[in-house]
Amino acid sequence: MAQTRGKRTRTASRRVEGWIKPVEPEFETIQILRDDGSYDEASLPDLTDDQMKELYEWMVFARILDQRALNMQRQGRMGTYPPVGGQEAAQVGSAYALEKEDWLFPSYRESAAMMVHGMPPELTFLYWMGREEGAAAPEGVNVFTISIPIATQVPHAVGAAWAARLRGEKKAFLVYFGDGGTSEGDFHEGANFAGVFKAPVVLFCQNNHYAISVPLERQTASRTIAQKAVAYGFPGVRVDGNDVLAVYAVTREAVERARRGEGPTLIEAVTYRYGPHTTADDPTRYRTADEVKEWQERRDPIMRFRRFLESRGLWSEAQEEELQERLRERAAEVVRKAENYPKPEPTNMFDYMYAELPWNLKEQREALLQELAERGEAR
Amino acid sequence: MPRLTLVQAITDALRVEMRRDDRVVVLGEDVGVNGGVFRATEGLIEEFGPDRVIDTPLAESAIIGTAFGMAVYGLRPVPEIQFCGFLPPAYDQIISHVARIRNRSRGRFTAPMVIRAPYAGGIHAPEHHSESPEAFYAHIPGLKVVIPSTPYDAKGLLISAIRDPDPVLFLEPKSIYRAFREEVPEGEYTVPIGKARLVREGTDVTLIAWGAMVPVAEQAARQVEQEHGWSCEIIDLRTISPLDRDAVVGSVQKTGRCVIVHEAPRQCGLAAELVALINEHALLYLEAPVVRVTGFDTVMPLLALEQEYLPNPQRVVRGIVKAMTF
Ligand SMILES: Cc1ncc(C[n+]2csc(CCOP(=O)(O)OP(=O)(O)O)c2C)c(N)n1
Repeated sequence: MAQTRGKRTRTASRRVEGWIKPVEPEFETIQILRDDGSYDEASLPDLTDDQMKELYEWMVFARILDQRALNMQRQGRMGTYPPVGGQEAAQVGSAYALEKEDWLFPSYRESAAMMVHGMPPELTFLYWMGREEGAAAPEGVNVFTISIPIATQVPHAVGAAWAARLRGEKKAFLVYFGDGGTSEGDFHEGANFAGVFKAPVVLFCQNNHYAISVPLERQTASRTIAQKAVAYGFPGVRVDGNDVLAVYAVTREAVERARRGEGPTLIEAVTYRYGPHTTADDPTRYRTADEVKEWQERRDPIMRFRRFLESRGLWSEAQEEELQERLRERAAEVVRKAENYPKPEPTNMFDYMYAELPWNLKEQREALLQELAERGEAR
Repeated sequence: MPRLTLVQAITDALRVEMRRDDRVVVLGEDVGVNGGVFRATEGLIEEFGPDRVIDTPLAESAIIGTAFGMAVYGLRPVPEIQFCGFLPPAYDQIISHVARIRNRSRGRFTAPMVIRAPYAGGIHAPEHHSESPEAFYAHIPGLKVVIPSTPYDAKGLLISAIRDPDPVLFLEPKSIYRAFREEVPEGEYTVPIGKARLVREGTDVTLIAWGAMVPVAEQAARQVEQEHGWSCEIIDLRTISPLDRDAVVGSVQKTGRCVIVHEAPRQCGLAAELVALINEHALLYLEAPVVRVTGFDTVMPLLALEQEYLPNPQRVVRGIVKAMTF
């Protein structure tokens, strides 16, 4: 492509400049518990002591399950698995802000958030063991299926939220995605629709600083993810994603705004993934051990919250021991249930393709049955 | 001569072409510092730097759209889409622009670019990571579609694709990325696009396959030879658009029987196109209807049932028996 500028001269006689001014929106990172666990009494959210302990239990359970899943993957008992470790506060704090009738739209990494909103963890295990039966939540649990193509779930949640509004319901819809997800068109298109239609949706970004190996600064030239909301005409907020109370408080407010018909909110929860992107990833190729250690030792969401509970006299070493033992037993039960799930019938792959099977699928199903019979595997 | 795996041969082709031609750039998700999730671009950023081996934001439409912009502006981009299951966000760019620009600009602009993507199943990957959508792309006028099945071909075909004046979709069968090594010449050589490979000569029946189905067809051929004494001719298409019509038709005219194997669903799969070609050019030579051994017309199942879905040597043997005993 040649670039001819024609006869126009470049030098204007009178040059006026300064029309274009960089705008740098400021978004502070909201924190209730400081890294060392200290806090101001007045900023604490309205939660009972039991609810606080429940938040803690969920986070500990999420971490234990995560370890189990990683071990199972190593032993060949599970497929590729995307770990949650490090992001427990972001997931538990946000999902805990929902009421049962609200809906949650997860990506692949939201095992903990899904569980808090009622998804039986054995189903999530089953899904990662390569079983379709684990994809859908049971009736009455308002968790949509995991979306693996990045950011595709954003417009889904916006559409569902919009539909709920059209149907006169007062529900909130919480959709999760990563920092990498904010680069996809589906994120931007979904956010734009949310703003235009004032959908009762909370767009929840877990900014864990990496999309597989790609660091945040390669993902966006914006200083924050939160500021992207400004362009779509609704509030954005940045919260310390390793502070479960701050995540809860901010999400709760966004959920209530949605329910009151005040429209969408974008939440950026700043957090960190400890493990590999998935079990197929080697994170030593793109980040340093020191960086990981810094987050694990200074900013761990579970340790921070435990210190807080201890400082309020709500938690003791004895309680910790009892909890660990109880949750380990529950995790073992989750694994047992997932692994003892009835074996899949090979013909299952046909059975849910359409409400009614067309001829070609019927024939192919028959052919597979015959093949299984010949192999002596008919059941 | 170095013995390379298929994925190493791909890296080697990229390195050879990047050394030879500084218009060649690689871009995509995790292709730089990480060397690609399958390590296909391993070591390239160290040699060629971040301006030629570009870690992009996570956005397939923009990866292909910007690569297209680079191509029309004189570069030779080789964008990677991490899995071919994530080509759909870029489909609009491919079908509306990449494949059409030569025609719609009457040759004023062209898009010499190679879209690389790992392809097909068999590695116990998560949902959307195991599909075989080659027929969607073979249906797009203006796009070439190449699928190697050996390290030697992978390197030679990728070099040809990079030098091709038109856009090429280069699908890499990931289940055989590391299945075996073979001798791959150092430096540059090309394998022509649009030419099939005769894998083995035979007289009784023609097996047509590509990608990871080639070794499956070979195994079936060995088995029927032992069990029935039948001699199979195997054709590895290597390029599915444009098809090597002469290779297909010539072989079927010789053997009079044909079995086509692909992982993709049957309906409107590439086998349908091949059957049409055979009808048009070899109908009177046929001694049996052409047999298709394919995936089912279902969604690719998750890993627990993956092996029940994929064509295996047993299914190919059954297909051969059907063709031979018609
Ligand atoms: C459309 C699409 N492109 C590429 C991928 C492959 N992929 C899976 S996860 C991932 C990175 C996602 O990063 P981010 O959105 O930050 O979420 P995180 O994994 O950090 O939770 C990529 C590139 C995909 N799943 N979908």
